[in-house]
Amino acid sequence: MSSRDKILSAVKSNQPSRVPIAEINITVADDEDLKSKYLRILESIGGKGQIVDSCDEIQKILSADFDPSSRKIAVGRSWPGFAESFSAAIDPHQLENVEVAIIEAHFAVAENAAVWVTEDRMGFRALPFICQHLVVIIPEQHIVATMHDAYQFIGHREYNFATFIAGPSKTADIEQSLVLGAHGPISMRAFLLRQE
Amino acid sequence: MVNHADLSEKFNVDEPRVNWHDETLWWVRQKRDRAAKQIPEWEELRSVASSIKDNVLSNLSEYLAEFEKNAKQNGVHVHWAADADEHNQIVLEIIQSHGIKSIVKSKSMLTEECHLNPFLIKNNIEVVDTDLGERIVQLAEEPPSHIVLPCIHWKKEEIGDLFHKHLGTPAGNADPIFLTRAARAHLRKYFLSAKLAMTGVNFAIASTGEFVVCTNEGNADMGAHLADVHIACMGLEKIIPERKHLGVFLRLLARSATGQPITSYSSHFRKPAEGQEMHIVIVDNGRSRQLGRLDFRNSLKCIRCAACFNTCPVYRRSGGHSYHTAIAGPIGSILAPNLDMRNYADLPFASTLCGSCSNVCPVKIDIHQQLYKWRQVLVEEGYVTKEKSVAMKTMSSVLSNPSKYRLAGRLGRWILRNAPFLAKNRWNLWFKHREMPEAPKNSFREWYLENKVNKK
Repeated sequence: MSSRDKILSAVKSNQPSRVPIAEINITVADDEDLKSKYLRILESIGGKGQIVDSCDEIQKILSADFDPSSRKIAVGRSWPGFAESFSAAIDPHQLENVEVAIIEAHFAVAENAAVWVTEDRMGFRALPFICQHLVVIIPEQHIVATMHDAYQFIGHREYNFATFIAGPSKTADIEQSLVLGAHGPISMRAFLLRQE
Repeated sequence: MVNHADLSEKFNVDEPRVNWHDETLWWVRQKRDRAAKQIPEWEELRSVASSIKDNVLSNLSEYLAEFEKNAKQNGVHVHWAADADEHNQIVLEIIQSHGIKSIVKSKSMLTEECHLNPFLIKNNIEVVDTDLGERIVQLAEEPPSHIVLPCIHWKKEEIGDLFHKHLGTPAGNADPIFLTRAARAHLRKYFLSAKLAMTGVNFAIASTGEFVVCTNEGNADMGAHLADVHIACMGLEKIIPERKHLGVFLRLLARSATGQPITSYSSHFRKPAEGQEMHIVIVDNGRSRQLGRLDFRNSLKCIRCAACFNTCPVYRRSGGHSYHTAIAGPIGSILAPNLDMRNYADLPFASTLCGSCSNVCPVKIDIHQQLYKWRQVLVEEGYVTKEKSVAMKTMSSVLSNPSKYRLAGRLGRWILRNAPFLAKNRWNLWFKHREMPEAPKNSFREWYLENKVNKK
């Protein structure tokens, strides 16, 4: 008998009699405006966020923050003269010198400031992790309250790879001192974009 | 044979350090409390999580088969390992079949449990742990002492010295930001050159065949997305039925672990990227046996948050290495005897049975009750030391016989009053760290009988 069959039959003979699956029926108090909650939690986990009216405004803010000569790469809408557009022709290892990556999330979750990004919004899977600074644009009205709502939104949608990103990469492995920027981005900026 | 009491004693030689360790972990426990209290429905979440896991355990063979079918459809290679040796062999074969000599690995307690690193090194494969804490203990040639905070027992000055020696950072620099940046630069080289990356699995979803890996550092993603081959190793209990159940577990996991609302990254791997190869190794290693132990099967609900470690008064004061097993703390003490009763017979006794572990557990495992039950099994099966079983048998005979009890009481009082050196010496383990009581002349019973008679 293969290990597979041995394991499955051992599990089958040892598992208790069938217990029905619990319904997830958790009611959550909506006591706070989702946008302000999202921004408040984002700040508490080391991110920065703000509401903006247009991509021009985003570009203005980023231009002030980042060296014009640094490499910027964007997935989704194009940023002529400001960021190169993602191209599938390059090797992901060549993303090593990307200073700023600009991606667009499907939605954000207010309770933990996570944003949901699927592979098609990353260009390369490695991009949101390998860049030094991550910029995420989220449509202002696309904020859900909790992870329950998040998975309701995700439903059975297809993706090959997707991730929740909550703030910059971080570690507290050295004496519990929080350091932003472990292996991934040192900073994460979110822009809640008002309906254009 | 090593045991928890002896190893704890070693850890306790440096008292200020023990206090520091204790306070650091208590601080993490307090962060967990603050995070939990911000969720009014917290207790409801714990109940739902626990009952989802009840369903998972009762239907595990079906869920595993469903997961396998879907993962294969997604283009992922699925392997099954009955034990640690088979797991290690599978991993080695995948590595060797690609002619690879060096790999990166993000945190996986399962690979610690299987002692994968020493096995690969023996087979001339270089393994680089990429979680900062794990890299630190790896450079120090130690196992992690905590499943979430692997080097919680290390002081920053010591890490500074370690990095000076191995990474060439300036001597005496112990600044956490500086050291983290040095590790970032050091590990980036490995991320960019590794052809194969290993990760653990936090959750595997039966209905879609995808698996979720949670990290704060981004090291699992950096490794997996830049390598040609990704191997993810999971214990067979990591299964959950559907995506929507992640909503419950991801709300609980990071809050219970570190007090964060969620980890920085919760990555959902469903299909390999274009041109990549993805493998999943599903490992039993005693889990199916534990599933059959009625009293202990709930331990398989564990989501490895380590809240029980941080709250445990014994763990905080004895350190992770005193448990001499990959998963320390209260949960480790109920998992380890399943793997090897003889070797780990000491662990269920490494507890005060205060119950704090059960109170913080996000999936409501009755940890302290299982510790208590393991003690009974271990005594019954003859796995405890002679001293302990003789002491227990004597105690039981004295406590179940009133005249023996009275005689023992009288004897004890006499000794404490007339020959205290017989009780107050280093051979009396109870006397360690404790004052012996002042012995009254009479027992309460004698006093009562006397006063009752006088009243009449």
